[in-house]
Amino acid sequence: MSADERAHGMNRFLENLRAAPRLFRETVFRSGRPETDRARSSFVFGSVFLHLHSVRVHRWSLRWTTTLGLGIVTLSAFVIASITGVLLMFYYKPYPDVAYETIKDIHFVVPTGRFIRNIHRWSAHVMVVSVLLHMARVFYTAAYRAPREFNWVIGMLLLATTLGLSFTGYLLPWDQLAYWAITIGANIASSPREITDALGITRFFDPGGLQKLLLLGSEEVGAESLIRFYLLHVMVLPIVLLALLSVHFWRIRKDGGLARPDDADTKLGPPDRSTYPVFTEAPEKTYHLAAIVRGKSPHVGRGPEKTLPSMPHLFTAEVGVLLLTAALCILLAIVADAPLKELANPAVPENPAKAPWYFLGLQELVSHSAFMGGIGIPMIVILGLSLIPYLDRETAGTGVWFGGPGGAGLAGFSALFALAATIGIEALVIRFGWLRQWWPECPQLLITLVNPGTILTVVYALYSIGLVRRYDSTRAGALGLFTCFAIGFIVLTVIGVHFRGPNWDFYWSPSDWPRH
Amino acid sequence: MITNPKDSAAARSRLDPEPIPRRDFLGLAAVWAAATAALFALGGILRLPKAAVLPSPSKKFRVVLPETLPEGEAFLPPRRSVALFRDAEGVFAVSTICTHLGCIVKAEADGFHCPCHGSAFAKDGAVLRGPAPKALPWLAVTREGSGIYVVDEGKTVPLGTRAEA
Repeated sequence: MSADERAHGMNRFLENLRAAPRLFRETVFRSGRPETDRARSSFVFGSVFLHLHSVRVHRWSLRWTTTLGLGIVTLSAFVIASITGVLLMFYYKPYPDVAYETIKDIHFVVPTGRFIRNIHRWSAHVMVVSVLLHMARVFYTAAYRAPREFNWVIGMLLLATTLGLSFTGYLLPWDQLAYWAITIGANIASSPREITDALGITRFFDPGGLQKLLLLGSEEVGAESLIRFYLLHVMVLPIVLLALLSVHFWRIRKDGGLARPDDADTKLGPPDRSTYPVFTEAPEKTYHLAAIVRGKSPHVGRGPEKTLPSMPHLFTAEVGVLLLTAALCILLAIVADAPLKELANPAVPENPAKAPWYFLGLQELVSHSAFMGGIGIPMIVILGLSLIPYLDRETAGTGVWFGGPGGAGLAGFSALFALAATIGIEALVIRFGWLRQWWPECPQLLITLVNPGTILTVVYALYSIGLVRRYDSTRAGALGLFTCFAIGFIVLTVIGVHFRGPNWDFYWSPSDWPRH
Repeated sequence: MITNPKDSAAARSRLDPEPIPRRDFLGLAAVWAAATAALFALGGILRLPKAAVLPSPSKKFRVVLPETLPEGEAFLPPRRSVALFRDAEGVFAVSTICTHLGCIVKAEADGFHCPCHGSAFAKDGAVLRGPAPKALPWLAVTREGSGIYVVDEGKTVPLGTRAEA
């Protein structure tokens, strides 16, 4: 090798060294600076995180009245809870009594510990509220319809996972509130025994006992249960939630964005002149890759829709919602502390022992029959809601608030009906009691089958079947059913939170509770 | 030559394609064997979380009944979920764990009351009102000496089983 060649090699090396930062940047962001619509589109398309969004988004999806941003609020609350949760894990030790001490340390000793714990608690509450509201939004805009049926079912699973995350987090402080809520929860898991005992087959077939054993890892709530709930809370359920979330988001994109009416473009009028059109010459049809994607393209017979680039229009909206959610959680965390009662005492239950608020509607049902209130009716509700998109195959009103036959008027009437039915039957039970008081030898199976909870469920179901017949429309029936469930949930929750006192007796106000 | 695999076996020669080609059959067999193996492995994995190591603190304990315990009044040993009664026929123990959802019931003058969902029980454990599906069970009591009794919280006995006073 000559001296010339060596110098040449050295020069190339130095050139590459100087270019290294630029080359590195180019290998990370392959589409260059996102300064034009085209570069931004490539940027979104090429990023594994951003490409969960489509490159362009319909203007209908961007109107805040379409979604109220509820899905993003839920996601934001989950992100906030994850970050604060990891921070709390630095100090928390999942062992009875020690757990309580570490929560006290976090609350009183660790700098900003109380603040972080409060944000964690509040973001969990925000997540539960927003996931319920998000479900209501999707239902009332009839956005669950084809091709989005399965995403609605995934949403059901996400709701269940969210409640599971909240419930498992509830035990971790190991205070009185936690201990007795979990005792009740674990015994609800074992409540199929109410039926197997009545039939006398518990010795051979005991699904309730197995569920309780799996949940608690023991016969009673103790160290084994705490480590199980901790594992579920910080590991198993978050992974399940993330997996379901990815499918949920991916399917939104694959199903052609958010649901919107066919004439969304006409309703919105011509787009702002500053936005670059997708096609300068509108083609009559667009095509999917033949044989890879089934069904017709959403564009066939309609021409291209007037969309906007996701970046920046959608992203700014999403970041805005994230910031608002964070602000809400922080504000709540400043205003109200997460509760911490005295150390768990297995000998003395709280009186009244109340579950977290979103389970108090169920607790009200459970106070009539453990199995029906805790397992039977929730299963019927989840199954009924999951079936709605498969039964409602209509198309009128998709993507519009209260779309479909009946509309807002029917929803309002159903709300009044459900309000009357739910309050009526609860008032009856509170005033006159139920079967056991009237007939003490009443067989348990009869109470399990006929109790205020099951009667309400049947009344709601009959009412919505009546609507299907009257309007000759499944959507009308679904509108009635969902409204009934929603109002029933709210009424029972309010009764559980506000009107139930010691011994689960009825009181007009917590200030009337007897003092010890 | 293209042959319809549905043709009768007699019409087929050795050279015609088989109804399920051997390659496909072997492939499918391999897939199903792997799936079956995975299913069994999953079963084995899922056996683990079913609590195998159960903490078993002693459910038996000794208790000294005060001489002065009046008939019909509950004696509640500390840190145990049991109520002991003495009457003319002997001594009996009633569990104070609510049969509804496992709260500890409170002994009052007229029986037991559950703070969680309002179940009420008579002194012998019978359900009076509320959601409790069953009566409070009676627990095994044996007399060990004058006023000294051993209660086994893990062993239920039929209603009316008493230890001698």
